[in-house]
Amino acid sequence: MEIDINRLDLEFQAKIDSGKTIEPKDWMPEKYRKTHIRQISQHAHSEIVGMLPEGNWITRAPSLRRKVTLLAKVQDEGGHGLYLYSACETLGISRDELFEQLHSGKAKYSSIFNYPAVTWADMGAVGWLVDGAAIMNQVMLTRTSFGPYARAMVRICKEESFHQRQGFEIMLSLCNGTAVQKHMAQESLNRWWWPSLMMFGPRDEESTHTEQAIKWKIKLKTNDELRQQFVDQTVPQIELLGLELPDPAIKWNEERGHYDFGPINWDEFWRVVGGNGPCNRERLAARKEAWEKGAWVREAALAYAEKQENLREAV
Amino acid sequence: MKKEWPVWEVFIRSRSGLDHRHAGSVHAADAKMALENARDVYTRRQEGVSIWVVPSASITASDPEEGGELFEPAKDKVYRHPTFYDLPDELTHM
Repeated sequence: MEIDINRLDLEFQAKIDSGKTIEPKDWMPEKYRKTHIRQISQHAHSEIVGMLPEGNWITRAPSLRRKVTLLAKVQDEGGHGLYLYSACETLGISRDELFEQLHSGKAKYSSIFNYPAVTWADMGAVGWLVDGAAIMNQVMLTRTSFGPYARAMVRICKEESFHQRQGFEIMLSLCNGTAVQKHMAQESLNRWWWPSLMMFGPRDEESTHTEQAIKWKIKLKTNDELRQQFVDQTVPQIELLGLELPDPAIKWNEERGHYDFGPINWDEFWRVVGGNGPCNRERLAARKEAWEKGAWVREAALAYAEKQENLREAV
Repeated sequence: MKKEWPVWEVFIRSRSGLDHRHAGSVHAADAKMALENARDVYTRRQEGVSIWVVPSASITASDPEEGGELFEPAKDKVYRHPTFYDLPDELTHM
């Protein structure tokens, strides 16, 4: 039996190495299954919880154009959560179990959504920086080894490009506006910059999952590589907006061919991951409330479907 | 009562003249709701002109373990392809 598992393991790895995708019914190591359930569900929960800070601004958008855009973006996030939950369920876990893990705190979601969106400029910064950082990670994941996850990512990436563009457009309008508006944009950039850099996760030397994740092609680049790519991409955009850099240590390094940047406050990172960020309790409470208050709808719809089914059989 | 809405597989015809293709799945209490959910989840950008929904439980899938038995017999039947036949270059329209 021992030998058999080893052989299956080797064949499995060879399959991934040769660029083949793993499909739900294929044999897979238990750890591969568990890791994927954890990662895909965390990703799905992030989409769903990510609707909260933006949903809050829909009724207060400054124009109809901004309002329909924000509404469409939040709807997309709901859709993206659903694609991901479906992909996750192919690994043999139910939707209810996934929600249960979110509500009990067993499953995590991206810590970025534990920060509050306090001004309209935050709708700009979130789209530009937060979605920008997420897209970087998601583009990489379109080539991940688990088929349903990779396919969901392709769909998500196609739809998300507008999320980042509309965010940048909001920032641009504010930067071209009054001094007060530009100040609002600057403050928003300053607030979201560091949490955005933290989105890529702990430094490589402290990231416990990286090595295995790269072997299974769940990750094709390390946290630090992606973070650097994000900084390199974003600094010229900050300059284009005419805003001040949010970190005085940002400086082009000719030798490395990358921007240097200052140290990240990892204590803050771990504090927010650990449940003590500015909005952790509020976000989770909102999700739980929606779930509990929606229970009667779920039950009534099922009862109605069963009744219709019985009537049809009786005819 | 602790029962989930069943899962439905969603197939979408993207344009008239094309096949329906698997797009993903949704949860819904009945077929009508499954169609509505599929519309909301998979066609927010006019990705389709027609949707099929099928209860996932009704699908019988082949077992990947039996892939060899099922598909390999066709492997050595190259004579089923037009390029197997040696014909002169002068021959056209064939």
